[in-house]
Amino acid sequence: VLIFFFFKQKTAYEISACTYFFFFQAEDGIRDAQESRGLGDVYKRQYQRRVHGELSKFLMQRLNTLTQQLVAAQRQQDDVFADVQLAPPDVILGLTLAFKADQDPNKVSLGVGAYRDDDGKPYVFQSVRKAEQKIVSANLDKEYAPIDGTPEFIKAAQKLLFVGEDVLAKYGKYVVTSQCVGGTGSLRLAFEFLNRFKPGTVYVSNPTWVNHNQIVEYMGMRLVEYPYWCPEAKGLNFPAMIGSLRQAAPGSIILLHACAHNPTGVDPTAEQWREIAQVCKENKLFPYFDHAYQGFATGDLENDSLSLKIFLEEGLQFLVTQSFAKNFGLYGERVGAIHIVCNNAEVAERVRSQLKIVVRVTYSNPPIHGARLVQTIIGDSQLFEEWKQELVQVSGRIIQMRTLLRQELESLGTQGNWDHITSQIGMFSYTGLTPKQCDLLTQKYHIYLVKNGRISICGLTTKNVSYVARAIKDVVENA
Amino acid sequence: STQSTWGIIKMLSNSIKKDLYKVVQRSFSSFWANVQQGPPDPIFGITDAFRKDSSSQKVNLGAGTYRDDNGKPFVLECVKKGQALSQQKYHDYEYLPVPGLAPFTDVSIRLAYGADSQAIKEKRVAALQALSGTGSLRLGAEFIRKFMPAGTPIYMPDQTWANHKNIFTSAGLQIKEYRYYQPKTRLLNLEGLLEDLNNLPERSVVLLHACAHNPTGVDPSQAEWRQIRDIIQKRNALVFFDMAYQGFTSGDTELDAYAVRLFADANIPILLAQSYAKNFGLYGMRVGCFSVVCQSEEEARRVQSQATIIARGIWSNPPVEGARIVESVLNDKELSQLWHKEVKIMADRVKTMRDQLVVNLRKSGSPHDWSHITKQIGMFAFTGLQPPQVETLARDHHIYFTKDGSCLLYTSDAADDLLCVDLCGRRIIYK
Repeated sequence: VLIFFFFKQKTAYEISACTYFFFFQAEDGIRDAQESRGLGDVYKRQYQRRVHGELSKFLMQRLNTLTQQLVAAQRQQDDVFADVQLAPPDVILGLTLAFKADQDPNKVSLGVGAYRDDDGKPYVFQSVRKAEQKIVSANLDKEYAPIDGTPEFIKAAQKLLFVGEDVLAKYGKYVVTSQCVGGTGSLRLAFEFLNRFKPGTVYVSNPTWVNHNQIVEYMGMRLVEYPYWCPEAKGLNFPAMIGSLRQAAPGSIILLHACAHNPTGVDPTAEQWREIAQVCKENKLFPYFDHAYQGFATGDLENDSLSLKIFLEEGLQFLVTQSFAKNFGLYGERVGAIHIVCNNAEVAERVRSQLKIVVRVTYSNPPIHGARLVQTIIGDSQLFEEWKQELVQVSGRIIQMRTLLRQELESLGTQGNWDHITSQIGMFSYTGLTPKQCDLLTQKYHIYLVKNGRISICGLTTKNVSYVARAIKDVVENA
Repeated sequence: STQSTWGIIKMLSNSIKKDLYKVVQRSFSSFWANVQQGPPDPIFGITDAFRKDSSSQKVNLGAGTYRDDNGKPFVLECVKKGQALSQQKYHDYEYLPVPGLAPFTDVSIRLAYGADSQAIKEKRVAALQALSGTGSLRLGAEFIRKFMPAGTPIYMPDQTWANHKNIFTSAGLQIKEYRYYQPKTRLLNLEGLLEDLNNLPERSVVLLHACAHNPTGVDPSQAEWRQIRDIIQKRNALVFFDMAYQGFTSGDTELDAYAVRLFADANIPILLAQSYAKNFGLYGMRVGCFSVVCQSEEEARRVQSQATIIARGIWSNPPVEGARIVESVLNDKELSQLWHKEVKIMADRVKTMRDQLVVNLRKSGSPHDWSHITKQIGMFAFTGLQPPQVETLARDHHIYFTKDGSCLLYTSDAADDLLCVDLCGRRIIYK
């Protein structure tokens, strides 16, 4: 009453509120309220520890918190971002953070799809280092690239994608290509473009790369999963897949992995690709290829683009997003491209103009450095050969690790069939481990992998493959 | 071809066949049939037209990229040294964390908010590396759309960078305007600005150019900034600062950040888009930083986590190269000093060009008052030229402006050889 008598209303409310907090500990109010910022807990601890001698210390602390409260009350009354919840960390990238924080000497990272050499270290391609030197000595400026990337890069990206002597010449005339920010940037751009001009239901494989689902949902597009992985056979469930695609409404967008499916490592055969192409033609479906592992599937660039060639031969129009992160080791430089196969020059021109507008409102123009490295390598026949050989070595080590892991598992007499470790293709293996088994692998053995049982073979080395095999045997038989 | 009936029928059938082919082709290309031709970019489109021009006298005054006195792109000395230093420090091309290179975002917010910033000391600033100014703006726009109440509009100055409206519209936000530029004086319309800000609904989002307003070059004075701050505080508004020219405006990075720091100290919720394209000359490297000044450390953590998710869906993680260069320069005492020197050189050259342009315009006998060119600040000058005059300049004199008459203050000739044009287009003097 006295406070209200002497002060203005607003101030009086504030002072009396603080006085109330100071003296009265509401059982249900302060400690449980989100806005309390843990003050209630502070009070709780204070009460439990308080003794006579510490009374003055306790009072000083109370005074501090009271001052802080008054200051905070001076700030905006209702917090702008009060409703912003703490977001969970990214599933896959969070693994890397957890791995880094782990102190155990035996830890193994089988999470992120980033290549490691036999010492578990990142590998920088020699051809990339040479290209880097070439660029430095050329003393280039740092001017803006055109919105869709430099013509040299566009040419290089197309040359790699439609590799094969006459493929580009025959079919590539009306391909609209734009440099993008890595594989994800290309994916986002593709869906922005599709959502704007050709919205439709998006069909993704079950399972698929987690960011596929996330981006489609973020764009507000309808998502349907088509069957893909067969847990019993640990392979492709083709009849169910093709059956599902036959049911798809015309105009649906079918997200396919051009090679080295992520996360299963299981790819359709050439005949199966042809059948998929036929269904797309008959039902007027729009194929969208995610091509992030060219060179990692069969070790041959041309073979890895076979699915694209088949679709081109069938006369289909489709979209490809291409990433240079893995096959050039240029992860952090964010080099990617989007390719839209059109039917004639006039359509291609219109599509290009609209694609550029989508780019302009997202990041204006693409980062130049990684693109310069890629175009330098692809544009120099010697460097290109060197790079191809390095890629064969890199993908070869992955195949070697698959063989070793399977050998170790089988020689330990691990329960179950492990053929799929060597029959699957690319950087990843869908082991078939359950989430519980994966958790145990992490907690007991400090082996980090995605909860769906996907392991990145790149994380295996000749030094740790036995350890990993023993760990898998343990969790499979005891979890 | 003969004049016979049969010849005429053949001709007709050939032309019908051609049309049929077109129709058939179109029906097979039906997938993209509804994609209309998009207009060329208002700024980069000028550069495209400039590139196609074959005249030896051509001048590009359109795109906002710095040129030295020979009209050549200028790579800063500190950037060359910074690149060498970063190649010694960093040995791989691994993915950055989604929020980017931490030493880079740390030094970036220190540059913007000041080394002694209360907000930084209290860890209240959420910061993510983004793809230059555009990427930072887009990230912020998506954040606003996701976390502010539905239908929250963003207020921008009536004259603003051509891409602003498009970025915020594509993020699904409604655009509203406040008065900013006074065409009569070619300077700030302070009265209109304050009045419009006063009428803002509670909790609006207001876009402000921190310094060197693009395209007008008209900035509020420090006293005027204080007036703006008072009204923003009164209306409980949220401010989105676009700062693309820190250091480039006055030559002093502290001065150029005055508005940002003033508002941060007043505890106004701020979002900031920082670009290193111009002040570091790192245009194509796409280096920028998006930050949010929050009420508490805990809130900054929440905001950062959500902005991270948005960034993951746009580009996954940002490009390494440019951030490593900026971080290497700003965290090295010598290189940082060198950068401050070089950015002042660039800013001083702009001021010199402004003075020279006005002197030459007066010398050429132009009857108009060109003092606004020296009163404006930054890379751009709002000349007051109209679209038909802009077209004449491009067509007949091979000088490229943007359609709104904004021009860049670097010419491809030395200071003495400026082309001066009387506004009525009657007298053209080559000096």
